[in-house]
Amino acid sequence: MKSLGSIRRDFAPWNDPNAKPYIQFDKVTKKFGDFTAVNNLSLTIFEREFFALLGASGCGKSTLLRMLAGFEEPTAGRILLDGQDLRGIPPYRRPVNMMFQSYALFPHMTVENNIAFGLKQDGMPKPEIAARVGEMLKLVKLEQFAKRKPHQLSGGQRQRVALARSVAKRPKVLLLDEPLGALDKKLREETQFELMDLQQSLGLTFVVVTHDQEEAMTMADRIAIIDKGEVMQVATPAEVYEAPGSRFVAGFVGNVNMFEGKIAHGEAGSASIDAGNGITIRTENAGDAATGAAVAFAIRPEKIKISSTRPAGAVNAIEGEVYDIAYLGDMTVYHVRLDDGHVVRASTMNAARLAEDPLSWNDRAWVSFRPDAGVVLTR
Amino acid sequence: MSNAAVTAATSSRAADAGKSALARLGEAVVGRLVIIIPYLWLVFFFLIPFVIVFKISLSQTAIAIPPYAPVLGFGDGLSGFFAQLKQLSIDNYTWLTQDALYINAYVTSVVVAAISTVLTLLVGYPIAYGMARAPAMLRPTLLMLVILPFWTSFLIRVYAWIGILKPEGLLNQLLLATGVISQPLIILNTYTAIFIGIVYSYLPFMVLPLYSALEKMDYSLIEAAKDLGCPPTSAFWKITFPLSLPGVIAGCLLVFIPAVGEFVIPDLLGGSQTLMIGKTLWNEFFANRDWPVSSAVAVILLLLLIVPIMLFQRAQARAQEQDK
Repeated sequence: MKSLGSIRRDFAPWNDPNAKPYIQFDKVTKKFGDFTAVNNLSLTIFEREFFALLGASGCGKSTLLRMLAGFEEPTAGRILLDGQDLRGIPPYRRPVNMMFQSYALFPHMTVENNIAFGLKQDGMPKPEIAARVGEMLKLVKLEQFAKRKPHQLSGGQRQRVALARSVAKRPKVLLLDEPLGALDKKLREETQFELMDLQQSLGLTFVVVTHDQEEAMTMADRIAIIDKGEVMQVATPAEVYEAPGSRFVAGFVGNVNMFEGKIAHGEAGSASIDAGNGITIRTENAGDAATGAAVAFAIRPEKIKISSTRPAGAVNAIEGEVYDIAYLGDMTVYHVRLDDGHVVRASTMNAARLAEDPLSWNDRAWVSFRPDAGVVLTR
Repeated sequence: MSNAAVTAATSSRAADAGKSALARLGEAVVGRLVIIIPYLWLVFFFLIPFVIVFKISLSQTAIAIPPYAPVLGFGDGLSGFFAQLKQLSIDNYTWLTQDALYINAYVTSVVVAAISTVLTLLVGYPIAYGMARAPAMLRPTLLMLVILPFWTSFLIRVYAWIGILKPEGLLNQLLLATGVISQPLIILNTYTAIFIGIVYSYLPFMVLPLYSALEKMDYSLIEAAKDLGCPPTSAFWKITFPLSLPGVIAGCLLVFIPAVGEFVIPDLLGGSQTLMIGKTLWNEFFANRDWPVSSAVAVILLLLLIVPIMLFQRAQARAQEQDK
């Protein structure tokens, strides 16, 4: 299938075999007592990359970040930063800075002293500190709040102070632990773009931990999907969405319709899948799945068309009954119960203000999709 | 965003103004009533007793019951009352300044209390810190252990220290048996014994406010400090200690103020060679039966302690004002 690239077209060091990895997790395991938080995990992150660790809470993604920052040491394996093994280096000597989920602003210090804290630790001369703090305040647009204490700021302003403090030292890597978790939805969306701009303008490597797939998709060059301490897939947002590597990834990122079945007949990537109950799906994305293999066919809701009659010439068309309709303004989501009981989710963009032939509850309907619309998952 | 905050503040102010004058008056009356209860308590159990003590301090000692004159009363009518009032004098206070004993006792008490407070802080801080960093499951138990000594009489606990500190006591026996010393240490009846007694007795008053200040501190602040290049010891002085200052101040005052007037510990552990104001007061009152002088001693002691308390409260009020 076609390769799905980065949004930044000129930036794809992971496709370059000669590119030097910047951060390397090499067979890293971390155990807390009997609990294995990270299990023999290997991961490579490149310089200037915006990398997201995505997973449900408790999947081990925060542990990865904390190991990189130096708050935890791996039980086994190595973490390399720019070729240097980080084992045994305490957090205060690592060239990485972290933006904490709770922001962890020092409550007894003003905004400017919070930002200056790390610079003072480095013994930077006073005039330089003042200049850098001024620059940082300008960057996060908080110049007039320099003398305030953290509790005199709003949540969004605190987030910006935390950000300014963590980038003030120009770390090699900036670690962000759920950086937008405490913000409301509107502010979160604005801040996502600001973070991307910031990363571009400073040219730093960002590693962000999030449980919000939309956030990861929006900001990251590549996403690592983590489950139970293991990497499920590392890919660009488009790849993760359009070419998930496993049933888990397909189900975790976005909405998906999944048909379990067997390859009935396959040759050179295209195949028909027997999904049981007389449903046969023709696909061009079977990859190298062998005939007879148990597979899942995954298709995104927006790639399914819904109509009241069988569309002429459709390769894949299945009949069912409209069972639920959700009107979301920009689009409408239909839940169609197929005759075998399987419920399919189909979404339609509301390009016109009013649909000509609106489907209603309990109407008979056809769901159809092109043979290249879905993917075949063997794992 | 800041604009939104400003708008919200303005609208809440507008809502306040919109409240009827009557409702605000009602609120004010209820507020006064609530405040009046502690005020009454203070008037009956603090202010009136203090006025009585103050009055006695202006009287002269006499062989009578009660052992001072004049006893203010209305037995001879209003004019008799005023005649008695004219007999009051500040002679006792002048007396306190003339005998070096009292001034020495005051100074010694303040110095002993100050040293003891610092020692209690040094012992109490690590304890409170350890408790605050202990697993959450263990904390109630540790807290219990700190409070547990209160279940035994204070007097008995101080007596127990005599058994430990005396020349043939437990401590000396242990040190002699282990060969650390060859001669018993003389600790009992010295200032050292007083320090030990005060540190031991007042430790919970230091540990509890420190613990409550340290416990609510977010540990991620320390991690943030380390992350920004701050080694652990430096992080302690730059983050942990400043943030625990309210606890330090509260703990120090809770130890210092009662320690200045402490009587039992210097009496039992300090012996006759040590001089503290609480003991002096006790001697004046019970041994000399000089109520007026001992009252004067008590009034001066109160004035001595009220100054640091007021300073502390002013500092706190200012800090709160700044926070707003």
